[in-house]
Amino acid sequence: MDRRKFIKLTGIGMGGLMIPLPGTFISAAELTASPMDVAYKKKMANIALNSATSAGATYADARIGRYLNQFITAQEKRVSNVVNTESNGIGIRVIANGTWGFAATSDMSVDSIAKTAARAVAVAKANSKFQTEPVNLAPLKGVGEVSWQTPIVRNAMEVPIQEKVDLLMEVNNAALDNGANYITSILFLVNEQKYFASTDGSYIDQDIHRLWAPFFATGIGPGGFKQRGGLGNPVGMGYEYLDGDPAEQISVSGANVGYRWSYDMVKDAKEAGEQLQAKLKARSVEPGKYDLVLDPHHLMLTIHESVGHPLELDRVLGYEANYAGTSFATLDKWESGTFNYGSGIVNLYADKTQPRTLGNVDYDDEGVKTKQWDLVKDGILVNYQAIRDQVHMIGQDASHGCCYAQSWSDVQFQRMPNVSLRPNKEDLSADDIISDVENGIYIVGRGSYSIDQQRYNFQFGGQLFYAIKDGKITEQIEDVAYQSNTQEFWNSCVKMAGQSDYRVGGSFFDGKGQPPQVSAVSHGCPTTRFNNINVINTASKVG
Amino acid sequence: MAIYTEQQAKELLTKVISFSEADECECNLDGSVEGNIRYARNTVTTAGEVSDVTLAVQSCYGKRTGVATINEFDQASLKKVVRRSEELARLAPENPEHMPNLGAYKYDKVNAWHQATANITPEDRAAAAEASIAPSRENKLIASGFLNDAESFSAIMNKKGMFAYLLSSSVNFTATIRTEDGTGSGWVSRDFNDSSKLDTREASSVAIRKSMGSANAREMEPGKYTVIMEPAASAQLIGNLFGNMGQRGADEGRSFLSKKPEQGEEPVEGAPTNRLGEKMFDERVTIYSDPTNPDCPTAPFAGDGHSVGKTVWIDKGVITAMPNSRYWAQKTGVDYVPTAYTGGGLFGGNQQLIMEGGDQSLEEIIKDTRRGVLVTRLWYIRQLDPQTLLYTGLTRDGTFYIEDGKIKYPIKNFRFNDSPIVMLNNIEALGKQTRINGSMIPVMKIRDFTFSSLSDAV
Repeated sequence: MDRRKFIKLTGIGMGGLMIPLPGTFISAAELTASPMDVAYKKKMANIALNSATSAGATYADARIGRYLNQFITAQEKRVSNVVNTESNGIGIRVIANGTWGFAATSDMSVDSIAKTAARAVAVAKANSKFQTEPVNLAPLKGVGEVSWQTPIVRNAMEVPIQEKVDLLMEVNNAALDNGANYITSILFLVNEQKYFASTDGSYIDQDIHRLWAPFFATGIGPGGFKQRGGLGNPVGMGYEYLDGDPAEQISVSGANVGYRWSYDMVKDAKEAGEQLQAKLKARSVEPGKYDLVLDPHHLMLTIHESVGHPLELDRVLGYEANYAGTSFATLDKWESGTFNYGSGIVNLYADKTQPRTLGNVDYDDEGVKTKQWDLVKDGILVNYQAIRDQVHMIGQDASHGCCYAQSWSDVQFQRMPNVSLRPNKEDLSADDIISDVENGIYIVGRGSYSIDQQRYNFQFGGQLFYAIKDGKITEQIEDVAYQSNTQEFWNSCVKMAGQSDYRVGGSFFDGKGQPPQVSAVSHGCPTTRFNNINVINTASKVG
Repeated sequence: MAIYTEQQAKELLTKVISFSEADECECNLDGSVEGNIRYARNTVTTAGEVSDVTLAVQSCYGKRTGVATINEFDQASLKKVVRRSEELARLAPENPEHMPNLGAYKYDKVNAWHQATANITPEDRAAAAEASIAPSRENKLIASGFLNDAESFSAIMNKKGMFAYLLSSSVNFTATIRTEDGTGSGWVSRDFNDSSKLDTREASSVAIRKSMGSANAREMEPGKYTVIMEPAASAQLIGNLFGNMGQRGADEGRSFLSKKPEQGEEPVEGAPTNRLGEKMFDERVTIYSDPTNPDCPTAPFAGDGHSVGKTVWIDKGVITAMPNSRYWAQKTGVDYVPTAYTGGGLFGGNQQLIMEGGDQSLEEIIKDTRRGVLVTRLWYIRQLDPQTLLYTGLTRDGTFYIEDGKIKYPIKNFRFNDSPIVMLNNIEALGKQTRINGSMIPVMKIRDFTFSSLSDAV
């Protein structure tokens, strides 16, 4: 039911990852061609805004986008895909008769832009016949002409294909030479060059970069096979993320190496090979209640599913009911001012300003300056995530700045900002957290993830599992998943590590909306302990 | 122009191929005109229309391949995209698994296009939404939903004389209708090639009944239950099962269809590496694909242009075919087993599967059930163990307790942890088929299905 073109990357062990590929395929050299001239973009944007207001719009914004993607995949010792895509166009959003309208075109001629603006107004007017709730926009002052770029050191798009292929081959060989039988490694590179203009008087030019370098390795043994995914994070950085700076590595005694702002993919692949052999021999977990110590590469997804999504205001209000559902975090709970989302040490905040994160931009896709705000403070639910046309519903008069569209050809709407867990003021390490657990399990990396349509009941797996006995990691174990309910889970949070352990993971392909749109979002957290959580055994005998 | 006739596609692609200077050249032309409308809180929220045509050109020099695409069709642009693909091919590393382009094939005739669907207007969509919203409002319920329709075509042509073309249309409708107090929720899904078969008022009445019927659900203990699954509930698990049936993964030792020597035994030269030919499910299980099926037609050709006819994947519980690639088929000395082309936004990427059922309706199966749980749909399904195909997920939008042949009361939703392999060995009954997401799936009654924990979600 989805109109987007998807390419299925098979054999990765993730059940067929579906990646949206917008636009046209181009050469690698064309990825680094000069962006559109700003004066030209302003001229075209003004044509859109003026045409819209002439046709009767009371508000209009235009996004001129050049969206570039490069995907390189390598399976074992061969390169299976090198794909470069480019998508150019303009998306025009208007309010007419108190109703939203949207139209977009890849044809950037003056005539086409004017016609598209008029079409957006026509859509708004047609829909206004059925409109029962007129749009109520939070006020916003225009910012004039501004520009911003993701503070990258090395533009990933400028790195030669050969260098990237060499890296993926080195990664694959490291895994295959150390215990893996199969491996698929991937480089996803994204560059959004977007220009936003509005009738509020803003002309915002932004150049956004992000990348993700996952791998999926499989080990075969006498009992069967096991999988281990890479522990790198998707980041709002350039190719410098892949430099492998040892200063950005965190070693947890007897367990894994984690990565902060620099990733050594080759080292991680070598460890993956070794750990796969260990996984094949590891003892299967005894189900029961355990104290869990969750590493940031794992916990980030639990935060995403159990905090990020339920606090999207449009979800709470029912706008996503026909897709991913609604939310247990209803307005009455927030209004009470006493809803214990988590224990007293839990502080969860939203932002689109943390440097090097996927959500980091200067202005969102409706021209609002980005910021940081609290969602859960000292365990109490204090706010949601809302944009200009929603924030009045919670009695606030300024958008939080988290509006986004995946492309010029899609309409912008509320998307999850970065959502992070504040570290301990005391700079404890991951080893410190493990050291006072009597009977627990340390979980590393993201595995299976499933949560219900109101975000109560969830079940999560991981990549690596270690048994903890009397403060020490005793052995690697297998087949672990934990099942809990959101409020119960966050209220069983008893301790977390400090700033030095804080790491930022994220999701490169979060989905929302119908037709669905993709968005990238980061989650920072330290290694954190949760007590008395139900652990199940995911292995079963069949046939 | 977004929709090309067969003749127009042939003319354009012939011209593109004529520019090729490479050893091999194959082109895909895919186009669609789509429209959608979304509603929530009993009002329309977004609506749009998109039309798009893309030409993809794949050029090969020996074992090097490059792909470039374009959506402009003037002479200069057509030449540019061919040259680009050739340039990328020259820069590409050699692919040791490269297979040469195929030649011409004859294809079965498939009727996948209907005028009614092609004629849908924004006003029709608005009326369809209103037909769902109005009765919801009358019943003091809150409706949300999504309607998406498309007219699409796909064409493939190469230098060796292959030419394939298919014109199709589709409409997809889902609605989630909830009580005002949020204690009840019902859902419905319909998809067709012919939109004259879609009645959103009738479909919404199903969701309305489930919504009112599911209010104030009671708690039941998690455990193993006899479950009646509506086709929408089991469809994704069946699809996931098929998605894991690839021959290569099995041969490489990393799927549920891998065949390994017994523990302690040495592997024997020439012994089978997969479970083709083995009985793995109840003998009532027969699952096949057939492009010419009138209820859920699909392309009679694969992505590489090879013809695709009826393929039986599981016959009376026995694995009788496993999908593979031409490279792997050649390497292992077996026949190539192609699957229908689903790219270019044609059928949403789902592989068409037809699972045989029985004569009983859902109501008749319920009547025959002494004690069980009726499930409308399963949600957020994720794999836990690829070896046993253990999945987890949740029930949603209409879960009911059945006793002595009648729906007794609504129950709270459950999380499940179970495997389609186990399910298809625990069949109590199979009923009539319904089309769901381009496949035909029967009502299923399954014993000992594992509900592992309760969810408060409505």
